[in-house]
Amino acid sequence: MDKIRIRKGLDIHIKGEAARRTEVFEPTFCAIKPTDFIGVLPKMHVEEGDDVKVGSVLFHDKSNEKIVFTSPISGKVKAIVRGEKRAIQQVIIENDGKNESIDFGGINNPVEKLLQSGVWPMLRQRPFATIANPDDKPKHIFVSMLDTAPLAPDYDYIIENQLDELKTGIEVLAKLTDGNVYMNIRKDARPCVSTWPQNVIITEFEGPHPAGNVGTQINAISPINKGEVVWYCNPQDVITIGKLFLTGRYDSSRVIATTGSAMHEPHYYKTKIGADMTPILSVGDNARVISGNVLTGTNITKNDGFLCFYDSQVTAIPEGNHYKLFGWLMPAFKRYADTNTNGDTRPYIMTGQFERVFPFDIYPMQLIKACLIKDIDQMEELGIYEVDAEDFALCEVIDPSKTPIQQIIRDGLEFIRKETK
Amino acid sequence: MGLRNYIDKIKPNFEEDGKFAKFHSTFEAFETFLYTPNRVTNRGAHIRHYADMKRNMIYVLIALIPCFLFGTWNIGYQHFLSLGEDVTFWHTFGYGLLKIIPLYLVSYIVGLIIEFTFAEIRHEEVNEGYFVTGFLIPLIMPVEVPLWMLALAVAFAVIIGKEVFGGSGMNVVNPALLARAFLFFAYPSKMTGDSVWIAEKADAYSGATPLGTIFNGGTVNDLPSLTEMFIGTIPGSIGETSKIAILIGAIFLILNDIISLRIIAATFLGAVSMGLFFNALGTTPAMEVPYYYHLWMGGFLFGTFFMATDPVTAAQTNIGKWIYGFLVGAIAILIRVANPGYPEGMMLSILLMNVFAPLIDWCVVAVNIRKRKKRWAAAERRTK
Repeated sequence: MDKIRIRKGLDIHIKGEAARRTEVFEPTFCAIKPTDFIGVLPKMHVEEGDDVKVGSVLFHDKSNEKIVFTSPISGKVKAIVRGEKRAIQQVIIENDGKNESIDFGGINNPVEKLLQSGVWPMLRQRPFATIANPDDKPKHIFVSMLDTAPLAPDYDYIIENQLDELKTGIEVLAKLTDGNVYMNIRKDARPCVSTWPQNVIITEFEGPHPAGNVGTQINAISPINKGEVVWYCNPQDVITIGKLFLTGRYDSSRVIATTGSAMHEPHYYKTKIGADMTPILSVGDNARVISGNVLTGTNITKNDGFLCFYDSQVTAIPEGNHYKLFGWLMPAFKRYADTNTNGDTRPYIMTGQFERVFPFDIYPMQLIKACLIKDIDQMEELGIYEVDAEDFALCEVIDPSKTPIQQIIRDGLEFIRKETK
Repeated sequence: MGLRNYIDKIKPNFEEDGKFAKFHSTFEAFETFLYTPNRVTNRGAHIRHYADMKRNMIYVLIALIPCFLFGTWNIGYQHFLSLGEDVTFWHTFGYGLLKIIPLYLVSYIVGLIIEFTFAEIRHEEVNEGYFVTGFLIPLIMPVEVPLWMLALAVAFAVIIGKEVFGGSGMNVVNPALLARAFLFFAYPSKMTGDSVWIAEKADAYSGATPLGTIFNGGTVNDLPSLTEMFIGTIPGSIGETSKIAILIGAIFLILNDIISLRIIAATFLGAVSMGLFFNALGTTPAMEVPYYYHLWMGGFLFGTFFMATDPVTAAQTNIGKWIYGFLVGAIAILIRVANPGYPEGMMLSILLMNVFAPLIDWCVVAVNIRKRKKRWAAAERRTK
């Protein structure tokens, strides 16, 4: 087993780690949000009031009809929420509690099985972090079994009783690539199951965040070259894939860690993908609720509290909407207390700081500037295909010029994706 | 709080339709000076580190305070020394204050008027950059610099050195050094020689700086002792003389991660290498000055910690910083020695390397790009 130590990075310590106890929470509403998927244009299959089962198609992606999105629960389509220019934001399902599900057991082709059950979107690709294209053959598939983000859920704890499902899921992934499936585990994590297919490679990772980011791991194991595609998948999604192949049914169960200093008694919940978390979140006034972690998560405070598709964590932290007299001069004891920006946007002045938290063989500042001027040749040369916006989250946090670095990288990637389509 | 309520009350006047909309940037500069804004993150990461540019800049100002205090005292000390008078500490310091305050008034009034005007024209927020530049400029001037000249130099440095490139963060050379270089080449008689370094000096008194002594053919034996040069009781630019004061400030900046240790280490390495080289050659009196004297003479130390490390004008890549710093140190000593005692070695060396820093970075990044392209080519061969 290979061992890789990531040296550059930063562990951000904030209060509110989830206690190791899991409660079951059956949500009243669930929502699938097309906005969770990069580049997906939904074409609806259902209308408000339609009855759906677990696995019923809600919509498909206009750019690839094979990719469908299915209902995580059985019940009724309660609302289709639209935003600007009538773009669909949420498809909300009301739970009838019967958990009726469609049987996909009869489909033998694994790709077809994943596509039709709506599990396929759990496979994503780099570059661009879009849903994997079923016609591609990826160079490798990566699964990061550790999350090093602030207050991240402990996958060792979540997976504890689901090792068979995990094993089946990994075996399915191993059939989807001619290359390897890289399963990256935390240092000293108990090696999950004993025997693996030949092309499954286990690597131990240690070090500060972003050691657990799949992007860091891809870069350390086999950096993406121009024209190559790799796929990646979250551990809980591998379990969902495993269950689909064991039972023939789509099981949207997911264990979620509630975390953060504004969260009352943070602990784990077993719930469903896209669950409306509002009934169980007891957060203080003037708090921000985030689906995901504080580095890359989505603000869902004003968005009905629906979990995002890929997230296994909900974080609540105090909003920082207050003035501080001479705040720029006062000694700061709590470095990451709330959501205040602690300053205004400025041109890039300081140098050498990003390099310390960015464990890639890439010049971060130069790549950011190439993205700002939308120079595709420069972006390619500087390594844009090897990164995703989330890999720059720490740079954004420590940036004294307070620039939206993740957005800049995302815009750069989207620019290339659309230009080269 | 009363002040906060008052600011909130008058704020609408400075918004887009308010009657003082023209002064929006100015108002914002004062508001954010008093209070850090209540803005919260709205995209990307939800938390941000507490340090912003304001804090970074204010740390540099704090680091310069020892130099300012000692420089002020030394103005008085040198003055009364040349007259042969023995006066109290406060008398000495007070005399220095009377001399230095006009320099600061001119530096800040001229510089900030230009900064605020450009910010209003561009509809941008006022940058904090000038607070540091404006504090540095008097410290690197001879005390006898005429005020109108200082005003001219400040205007030149801010407009030509910074604003034409787009303001703080976009400039090619260090604006404070540019101000000094401007005066040095435009009015050399007021920037060099023995008469400008001591305020209202008695005529008979020498008043030469150590480098000036070497320039006029002096040898090591004519120089002040190392201890004197380290403490700083010698003539020179206001802020550069006391090495103790400079080191206190530098340590504060290093601890707060504002200036790059790589650049500092490389600059020392470059200077010592070049110094040793000339010592080995040793054919002229200037070459015989021991290499460690160079570290304590003139503006070397001040330049290393407060000028060469300016993140905007230095090299930006980590490897580039080593190359840049080494050359800054080496060229500074080269100029000083090869052109015996040329006192402006450090200034010219930093300005020169400021211009070359982007090229150094370009080369460093090019190596990374070539490595990546090789990997692409190898991958392509494998798939064929």
